[in-house]
Amino acid sequence: MNTGTPLVEMKDVSIAFGGVKAVDHVSIELYPGEVVGLLGHNGAGKSTLIKMLSGAYKMDSGQILINGKEARITTPRDARDHNIETIYQTLALADNLDAASNLFLGRELTTRLGFVDDATMEAETRKIMARLNPNFKKLKEPVSALSGGQRQSVAIARAVYFNAQILIMDEPTAALGVHETAMVAELIQELKKQGLGIFLISHDTREMMDLCDRVAVMKNGKMVGSERVEDVTEDDILSMIILGKNPKAAA
Amino acid sequence: MSDTSTATDAPAARRSFWQALDLDTRLLGMIGAFVLVALVFNVLTDGRFLTPRNIFNLTIQTVSVAIMATGMVFVIVTRHIDLSVGALLATCTAVMAMTQTSFLPNVLGLELGHPMIPWITMLVGLVTGAIIGGFQGYLIGYQAIPAFIVTLGGLLIWRNVAWHLTDGQTIGPLNETYMLLGGINGTLGVFWSWALGLAAAVAAAVGLMSARRTKVSHGFPVKPLWAEGAIIAIVVAAILGFVAILNAYAVPERVVARDFERWGCDAAEGCTAAYGIPYSVLLLIAVAIIMTVIAQRTRLGRYIFATGGNPDAAELSGVNTKLLTVKIFAMVGMLCALGGIVASARLGYHTNDIGVLDELRVIAAAVIGGTALSGGIGTIYGAIFGALIMQSLQSGMAMVGVDAPYQNIVVGLVLVLAVWIDIQYRKLTGAK
Repeated sequence: MNTGTPLVEMKDVSIAFGGVKAVDHVSIELYPGEVVGLLGHNGAGKSTLIKMLSGAYKMDSGQILINGKEARITTPRDARDHNIETIYQTLALADNLDAASNLFLGRELTTRLGFVDDATMEAETRKIMARLNPNFKKLKEPVSALSGGQRQSVAIARAVYFNAQILIMDEPTAALGVHETAMVAELIQELKKQGLGIFLISHDTREMMDLCDRVAVMKNGKMVGSERVEDVTEDDILSMIILGKNPKAAA
Repeated sequence: MSDTSTATDAPAARRSFWQALDLDTRLLGMIGAFVLVALVFNVLTDGRFLTPRNIFNLTIQTVSVAIMATGMVFVIVTRHIDLSVGALLATCTAVMAMTQTSFLPNVLGLELGHPMIPWITMLVGLVTGAIIGGFQGYLIGYQAIPAFIVTLGGLLIWRNVAWHLTDGQTIGPLNETYMLLGGINGTLGVFWSWALGLAAAVAAAVGLMSARRTKVSHGFPVKPLWAEGAIIAIVVAAILGFVAILNAYAVPERVVARDFERWGCDAAEGCTAAYGIPYSVLLLIAVAIIMTVIAQRTRLGRYIFATGGNPDAAELSGVNTKLLTVKIFAMVGMLCALGGIVASARLGYHTNDIGVLDELRVIAAAVIGGTALSGGIGTIYGAIFGALIMQSLQSGMAMVGVDAPYQNIVVGLVLVLAVWIDIQYRKLTGAK
């Protein structure tokens, strides 16, 4: 693993809000079939880093390479064009619309006349939901009427349906119960086998040790370091998070 | 992931009957409210309220506000507000009145009554409305000035731009063809009203059946055939009933005698005619259909509702919400121009106070029609019903002889009551 061209390479990226350097000259790469966990305190810059990749923020400086080629990502649409899909912590669902409308939001299927094809979209939603969450039946109702787990599965379906190569998951299990968390873990393994690269953000160090191949730790907008999970202990990671130092580099 | 939805087996046969029909309860509620208002006034006026003549008048009085209210739905759905519609209407009618009475004849040399005058005038009006509305939308979307402020400024600015343009003068008489859109001046007549009504009834039946076929082809559940048939029957009856009522309003003998050839007679004696569907009502129906198609069948509409439900989610899904705001306000601007055409054509001239307080009528119509100010929810037909209910209240009270202050008090109470009922309804049904 970790040879050949990385799927994503973020080189020396920075962004500042006002005077605060939220992300300060950070570099990170992601290979096909790899799950990279981003760890750090609140405000360490994990979400901000990832939002530059998903097009929600525009970076001030730096470079993003997708499959070795420089990519200009300034809007969410650019990111989608590069097969980057994001599951946001807030899920980013329009509560007043049904599951199908949310799944295809921004990428509606249309009839030959250019009108949105609700029937086909609903049928496609039915298909993907049958795979992800067989109990999902409330296709016609606004997603505000769904449970947390159901809403999450709509957000995941949206990312998976469009053949993402790169998946960003921001706290995918924060709002979920034990059973649902296990399903997300299973899904991550399955997608990994299909050769997707996945960025995972979480606060749960133990969960990250289980799900990820590699963890990258950030503190105060800077990258502390990234390590393969088999090479470090949970304590090593905790000290990276808290002290902002890589114990292996110091050793 | 778990799903806690419980299968509801309706035990009572009565409930399954209503479920089979699968009616829009909100639409039913609105129709119910309208029928109630109409019946109460009909009793209070000794049957004068529900005469073909009064219903005809009611429809033509509603058109201008209803046209603008359809646009207000999109504005409110995206969590904005537009306080400038009445003033914008005035600027548009001022521009259009000047275009047809002085600019085209004097500057371009088209003599008064030239057949192109009304069409050029309307185009000028629509473009004016779209530009002004679009500019307000730009200030709201791209410059992030709250819509309330931009359009409150617009209310003052455009009302007085109209005043400035016309020096406060009443401008008229307007072009004859242009005035056909005013209501009673231009109607389809009995034959074409029936023809159009029948065509619409057939189209509605075919449309409902083809929607059913699409559902079946995707394996979705459909209503039982008898329920579908019942709904088609109701819709067809409503369309034809509406046409029948408008066709029952006979043209007064004096009016026929004045110009019997227009009513298709060889002589004034024994000539009877009825008005039928006014062109302005056709315009409203066309606007309603187009706006409903936009809302339900286009990406633009999908994005409008998504943005209203969750602006961040829409943006993260690649929706350009800033441009969307410009489009919505430009659309409202054009609808103000259309409303202005109908309003000024009905009067026969542009006056300085045309459309005063229309912004409040339009907002009230949209809100009575179930558009939620918190965004994301609203329907075009609701807004039109809202406008109709408001107009019914006002003209009904005028017929009964309620004093002007009490009229406004009642309208105000109804507005608040309608929103309260809507909130209670949403609580009850568990919708947001």
